[in-house]
Amino acid sequence: MNGFIAVYLRELLILKHRFWRMLMSFAVSPVLYLVAFGLGMGKNVKVGHQSYVEFLIPGLVAMSSMMQGFGINVEINVTRFYLKVFEEFQAAPISNLSYVCGEVAGGVTRAILASCVIVCLSLVTGLGLTFGPDFWGLVFLNATVFAALGVTSAMLIKNHADQALITNLVITPMAFLGGTFFPLKNLPPWARAPLELIPLSHASRGLRMAASHRPVSPEDCIILAVLSIAAIGLAWWSVDRAKD
Amino acid sequence: MNQSDSTPFAVTIQNLTKKYGSLKALDKITFSVHKGELFALLGPNGAGKTTLVRILTGLTRPSFGIAQVNGQAGLVPQALNLDYDLTVSENLLIHGLLYHMPYPAIGSRIRELLAYTEIAHKARATIRTLSGGMKRRVMIARALMHDPEVLFLDEPTVGLDPHIRRKIWSLIKRVQGQGTTILLTTHYIEEAELLADKVALLDHGTIVALDTPRNLKARMGTYAVDIVDDNGLATNYFPDKESARKAMLDMGEQGRAITLRQVTLEDAVVGLTGRTEK
Repeated sequence: MNGFIAVYLRELLILKHRFWRMLMSFAVSPVLYLVAFGLGMGKNVKVGHQSYVEFLIPGLVAMSSMMQGFGINVEINVTRFYLKVFEEFQAAPISNLSYVCGEVAGGVTRAILASCVIVCLSLVTGLGLTFGPDFWGLVFLNATVFAALGVTSAMLIKNHADQALITNLVITPMAFLGGTFFPLKNLPPWARAPLELIPLSHASRGLRMAASHRPVSPEDCIILAVLSIAAIGLAWWSVDRAKD
Repeated sequence: MNQSDSTPFAVTIQNLTKKYGSLKALDKITFSVHKGELFALLGPNGAGKTTLVRILTGLTRPSFGIAQVNGQAGLVPQALNLDYDLTVSENLLIHGLLYHMPYPAIGSRIRELLAYTEIAHKARATIRTLSGGMKRRVMIARALMHDPEVLFLDEPTVGLDPHIRRKIWSLIKRVQGQGTTILLTTHYIEEAELLADKVALLDHGTIVALDTPRNLKARMGTYAVDIVDDNGLATNYFPDKESARKAMLDMGEQGRAITLRQVTLEDAVVGLTGRTEK
């Protein structure tokens, strides 16, 4: 337990020291998407019974929690390749699972903060969305999946440049195709089927339902919960492989 | 501090080998370090010193052989691996938690160690604001947080000014004085000569000599005569001062600079390693 606390506390202390800088970086992308696609292009567009802005905001929360959760990999890379602090964790008598859980908790915390920024923006604009426990539960699950995948990728890569490759090849396409900006049901079945496999698609759909007072599909919750556990398992395995 | 052979071992290494592909970074190394001893691993860059320390501290897996540390280990690695955004105290706090120290004990241990390493006034400073020497002292304080029985110091004074280096040396001797076994790697020969009870000369992954600094020097002789001329530098070794003086007189000056001096550990290292690039 101490190992988990140490790793998580370190992430929290880093967050504390860079709080305002980080908060600004969390806000930039969602604000740009909200202005460009929501308030600009989608002002008069309807998706089902909702305005496009109301449709977009839960998608942005899903995307942002994914990005910030996965973004823990950048911190780990800096720790591993530049600061070499990762060796402190490797030499310490803590389990690999404690390390993984501490880093995942760090990623989830960032993801929740980033989601709070978008939620605050939407509250300011006076939209009729609600953000209850089911909404935050899904944010938590989505962030856990991607933070654990972030830890895995950070452990498996051999240098910092490889990380950008993974982000460009995997995360960026997912951000655009995971039901963030458009409903997947508009796509033809052949295109829709593979996109339904993406965790972000379940998170976007679930968050959209929760934010608009509709019941969240248990299927989406179960899939995200199972993927969270699987991703943590993968991260656990990958930490051992990082040893020289 | 001289250790008798009856003192138990703090570190035991038997036939330790580490291969990276076809390259043998360590080749069947065997030695032991007595409890309370300051043991120096001396050798040029690429000799295998850091690999050995990484294996002993669990950072690298050996290819085969035994590497055993009896008791908790502390590590001061060669690279400055501190969290630059965190304060000195926060860096030590995280280390204390990683080593399962009870939270109430951590605060008092941090205060004690910062006073001990003479950086108490920097407790709330972020690491990025510290000088190189202070960062080294933070790293030593951090490694001592959990009161390790064996402390591994990997090139602890590399790149430091001479007066800061002496402060670190003084700190290392104080730590040893409190009963901690220290395994120090260095390529500064004077560092090993001044601090170590025993020195192992490592070259190309093998130990070429292991003894006290005094005995290593004695292998070369007691006095050395350096001759500098147009052909470069040549050194001759002699068992006593009289024979060295006699040789100097026989040589005559003849446009050469001839110096008589005592044999140093550097003479032993140069004589015993004879290094070529691999």
